[in-house]
Formats: sequence, structure tokens, C-alpha cells
Amino acid sequence: MNAVTENNDLSLRLTEQYNTLRDSLKESGAPVLNIHRQKAFRDFVAQGIPTRKVENYKYTNLQPAFAKEFDFPVRKSANDFQLEEKFKCDVPQINTHVVTMRNGWFYAEANEAVQLPEGVILDSFENVARTRPDLVEKFYGKLADTSADAMVALNTAFAQDGYFLYVPKNVAVEQPLQIINLLQAPKDTYVTQRNLIVVEEGAEVKLILCDHTLNLQNYFFNNATEAFIGSNASLDYYTVQNQHNKAVSINSVFVHQEQDSHLTSNTVSLHGGLIRNNLRVELDGQNCEANMFGLSFLDRKQHVDNFTQIIHGQPHCESNQLYKNVLDDESTGAFSGRIHVKRDAQKTNAFQRNNNLLLTDKAQMQTKPQLIIEADDVKCSHGATIGQIDEEALFYLRSRGIEEKQARLIMMNAFSYEVVQTIKVEPLRDRINELIERRLSGDVGRCHECAYQCDC
Amino acid sequence: MLSIKNLCVSIEGKEILNGINLEIKPGEIHAIMGPNGSGKSTLANVLAGREDYEITAGEITYMGEDLMEMAPEDRARKGIFLSFQYPVEIPGVPMVNFLKTAVNEHRKFKGEKPLTAGEFLKVMREKKALVEMDTELTNRSVNEGFSGGEKKKNEIFQMALLEPKLSILDETDSGLDIDALRTVAHGVNALRSKDNATIVVTHYQRLLDYIVPDHVHVLLKGRIVKSAGKELALELEEKGYDWIKKENGEQV
Ligand SMILES: Nc1ncnc2c1ncn2[C@@H]1O[C@H](COP(=O)(O)OP(=O)(O)OP(=O)(O)O)[C@@H](O)[C@H]1O
Ligand SMILES: [Mg+2]
Repeated sequence: MNAVTENNDLSLRLTEQYNTLRDSLKESGAPVLNIHRQKAFRDFVAQGIPTRKVENYKYTNLQPAFAKEFDFPVRKSANDFQLEEKFKCDVPQINTHVVTMRNGWFYAEANEAVQLPEGVILDSFENVARTRPDLVEKFYGKLADTSADAMVALNTAFAQDGYFLYVPKNVAVEQPLQIINLLQAPKDTYVTQRNLIVVEEGAEVKLILCDHTLNLQNYFFNNATEAFIGSNASLDYYTVQNQHNKAVSINSVFVHQEQDSHLTSNTVSLHGGLIRNNLRVELDGQNCEANMFGLSFLDRKQHVDNFTQIIHGQPHCESNQLYKNVLDDESTGAFSGRIHVKRDAQKTNAFQRNNNLLLTDKAQMQTKPQLIIEADDVKCSHGATIGQIDEEALFYLRSRGIEEKQARLIMMNAFSYEVVQTIKVEPLRDRINELIERRLSGDVGRCHECAYQCDC
Repeated sequence: MLSIKNLCVSIEGKEILNGINLEIKPGEIHAIMGPNGSGKSTLANVLAGREDYEITAGEITYMGEDLMEMAPEDRARKGIFLSFQYPVEIPGVPMVNFLKTAVNEHRKFKGEKPLTAGEFLKVMREKKALVEMDTELTNRSVNEGFSGGEKKKNEIFQMALLEPKLSILDETDSGLDIDALRTVAHGVNALRSKDNATIVVTHYQRLLDYIVPDHVHVLLKGRIVKSAGKELALELEEKGYDWIKKENGEQV
């Protein structure tokens, strides 16, 4: 069977799946979400499962991931899990409001100790879509274009729940909010999660997201988020990915920024079988700042693909992209960063850098910057490096009595340092440092903090 | 303490050291001088355990042990210290972490308890004073943005922290200003004892005014062609290397 017909077969299987579930989705889904399903699925069928033939998926073929048989749960299961016992994504000394998601569903098992400021909503997306359609309608699907990405289309077709975060005008949420995305099902499962973030004018919020797998099943996690940052508002968005090697994770984030707003996105991929992070940021007002950072650690046959797009639509904005990868064994990584400066976006500063550390001859990294500059008075730069550990530095450390293994670890930490130090929530930064240390030294089960400590 | 016999070293097939013989006893100071490219740093690096070089013949014994089989970190823990001619910058590795790790690795080897953060800072302050190192420098990454002289001071500072038995100072004087040279030399002298030895690689007599050598060796094209007392350094300062080259049948 050739690749094309196989892809068609897999698409057909998904179509069958969708047709079977369509009525249940409509029945249990909120009307504001239901109205998008039909078109979204048509867009998916038109694009098909992404393979290397699709320009935006040049380095990541999703066809093998879809070849597996997955369960498509359309109903939320009972809250039959004890979070405390099984799992802790603990960030010490961090006083946060914690929310747990399981298989894409929101469980209101919030940390009661921390009260959210007046007017702030952190709730089930499904619930809000049902009870406050006015809040959702205005934003839903406005950024996540189903005709531009098959995975976003598929997400929209199946979307039911996720989290909804709303921070009203001029409210600053002091403590970071933490959202834990858990995958835990009795069978191999395809999980859809759909989220919406609205940070109104002058508001501020910091979000910490942790992705985890809790058992050995195969997972396909298709997560999509739309975030709207109002004028003079600020969103810090930290993601820590720590899933096992049988998990495929598609994490699409779309951000819209109004004037004088601020975004910092930082994605740390500690572990996962296949990870694709899409981040698209649109600067739609003057004096915006967007920081897009990422750090990945890969080994064995893991694959991480960071795909970023920044659209400078207005003058006097600044964007910074810094993505780093440490690749061991036969792992493969990719970074594609697109900077689009539109004609009106004069006085733009747009910077991009991608640095990669290859620890073996077999690890591979693909890096592809893409600059589309339509304005003439702009400062843009991009750079990429792929290299090994500096042998001279390694010798210097060893000549002071530091063992080779430890010296290598120090060098890898040094490489990551630049990204880690951009994390402004200090306990999170310390925690990430610790996780990186443990990840690199391999002294714990590879998929850290998982109760099962499976070796997969 | 250190015994080098007929040491031959090449890199990428090119012979750099050919037949070095050198005996160093505890308490001694040996100066090694010689024209650029004669192999002084190569010798220093080979002693510290750099792996880019191929040892084609000869042997090195350090305190009764075969040095050639030993990893660089083991040599360091057993007391060999190289002050690099060109110390490398390592962005992202904070000085304090690096120094503390190094000191505690040494302590572990000797069966001593690791220093706590507080204890370490105290020791660090003492040793910094010894070489008059700017306090701010230890807040940076290893050698990052250090001036030439600051890098050299940092080497001696590390030497003071690690208290080696055999110190190899590769052109530690180059880049130091007149006052710093004196301070660093006093620092080196303060660390001396009857049990440890020093190899000083230098181009200038000036340093040897402060660190007075027992022996001066001239390295030429990978061989020690002349060894004498401290007066040899004065003679070289005055006359240069031509006469030695002539003695060794080179066209000048
Ligand atoms: N990695 C290398 N590859 C090729 N040649 C090398 C390498 N390292 C050293 N050499 C050569 O070996 C010779 C000796 O170099 P070395 O650095 O030991 O000289 P030196 O005596 O320390 O000189 P200087 O006084 O300038 O510091 C030089 O000709 C140098 O070019
Ligand atoms: Mg030299």
C-alpha cells in the first residue's frame, strides 16, 4: 500500500469515527462549539493527515501516529481518581491555584486555599460555553483557523471541554495559576482539549501548564488554545511537557495581542514520544512585546518539533524567539520559525535564535528560519547553530577535578541556562532546574514523577 | 615527584615533543623557557591529561604512578594543577557553582566532608584576598568577559582553592599588569611548601624575580636543549635564543 492510499484510508477511518460520534458530540457539546464542527471536519478532510509533503509539517509525519486504533471518548468520566495519591506536579513554595484536567476534561478539584480575585473565571470550557455563550462566542475559533492546519481542524471538530480563563479589565492575578493536563485512560485514547484565555485590558496573569501521562497506554493528545491579550495586558504562559514515549502531543497555541500588551511563552519539553508545538502570535497593536522561548531534551527515538509564527501587523513592536534543543541517542528535533513583518509594521524589532546541542552522531536536528519582511524600517535577525559540547570547556572542568559525566552535565545545564533564566516565577525556575538536572543525569525513571515509573 | 622520560608527543601526525626528560622533586621550582611554538604548552597540557595529543613514546610517572593512564580529573584530585595559558570562557556556568563543585570533588577524594555553602564562601573570601581578585568576578560565569589579566588571576585563585602538589603555570605572567604580577607571584609563593613543586612556563625574567627557580630549562623544537640554574634566565633575557639555536645547529 503506498503512502497516499494509506493516508486516505486513515482519513476515512477518522471520517467514520467522526460520523459515528457526530450525534453524541452535538448532544453533549455546547451549541457555540457545535456550530463550528461541520466546517472544521470538512477542512480536516480537505487537508488530510499531515505528512512531510505538507509544507508546515515538513519535519513531522503524523501518519504513523494515526495508524493506531484509538478510543474517542465523548463523555466525561466520573471523578474516580485520587490526585494526591497518584500524582504530584509539585512546585515547592509556589502558592498557586491548581486545576486538574484529565483526558481533556476539566475537573474542578481546585486548590481551595487560594482564592481567585473578584471576577476572574477559571472553569470548564464546556460549562462556560453552555452557561455564558456570550463570553465564548466572541472569541472561539477566531484565531485557530481550521483551514490552515489539519490538526486544528480536527481539534475543532471534536472539541468539547478544556479550561476557560477570563481575567477582567485591570485585574492582576498575583499568584500563578497552574493547570495540570493528565492523560489516564483504560485504553489507547485520542484526547481533544480545547482552551480559551481572555485577558482583558490592563489585566495580568501567569499560567503554568504541566502535561503528563499517568499510565502506559498509547495517547494522541490534540490540544488547542486561543489566547486574547487586551491592550496593556500581560500573559505569562509556561508549559512543561513530561509525557511518556508512547504519547503523541500536538499543542497548538494561538495568541492575539492588542497595543502595549505583553506575552511571554516558555515551553520546556522534558519528555515525550512525539511533540509538536505550534505557536502563532499576532501583534495587532503598537508597542507590543512577545517573547517566545523553548527548551527541549530528547533521547532515544523522541521527536520534538517547534513551529512558530510571529506576525507583526503594527509598528513599534518587539518579538524575541529563543529555542534550544539538547538531542541524545537517535532523537530528532525540528525548529521552524516564521517572522512576518507586514507593510505597516515599521520600527519592528524581531529576533530569533535557535541553538542545538547534539550529543551523538545519530541525533538529528532540522532548523528552518523564514523571514517575510514587507516593511522597510525594521530590525530583524535570526541565527541557528547545531553543535557538540565544547571539548575545551569540558577539559577545563575536568582539569579542576570534576568527573567527566558531571562536567558534561554542567555543560548541558549551561546550554539550557539562557532559556531557564527567562522564567520569572522563581519557584518554577528552581523546579525546572531540578527537573532538568534529574532528566539529564537519568537517575530517575525517564518520565519523571510518574507514579508508575514505566520504562517507556 | 614527577619523572618524565623520553616523552614524544604528536598531534595530527605532526611531532611536537621529541624526547623530553625532566625530573622534579618536592619543593623545587622549575622554569621552562623557549621560543614560541617550541612545545611548552603542549608539555603542560599533556601533563594535565589533555586527550587531543598522541603520546608516541616515553613515560611519565607522578608520585610513583603511571600518569598516562589517568583521567584529567584524577590527576587534578591527586594534586596536579594547570594554570592555562588561555583559560576558556564557559557561559552559563556560574563561577561559584564551578568552584564549589571542584573544591568538593577534591575533598571527597581525600575523604573529607563537602563544604557547606557558608563554609565555602568563607574559604572563597580568604583566597580571593590572597590574589586580590575583584569580588564581582565570582558572580559571573566562568571567565566570561574577564579581561586577560583577570583570567590569569582567576587561575591562581583556583590554584589557591585547590591547593595542588604540582602546579604548572603556563605563561601566567602574560597579561598581568606590574602590580598584579607582584600580587600573583606573592600568592604563588604563599602557597609553596617543601612538599609541593611548581613548573613555571614563561618568556620573561621578570616573573622569575619573584618566583625564583631552582632550575631553568630551555625547550627548543620539542626538546630540552639546555638546563641550568636561575642565571640562565638572565642570560636569555639579555641575548635571546639565537645563540642556543646556533649551538643546536640551527640556521639563524
Ligand atoms: N591542535 C593543534 N593542531 C596542530 N598543531 C598544534 C596544535 N596544538 C599545538 N600545535 C603546534 O604545536 C607546536 C607547539 O605549540 P605550543 O602551544 O606547545 O607552543 P608554546 O611553546 O607553548 O608556544 P608559545 O610560547 O607561543 O605559547 C606549535 O607549532 C603549534 O602550532
Ligand atoms: Mg604556550
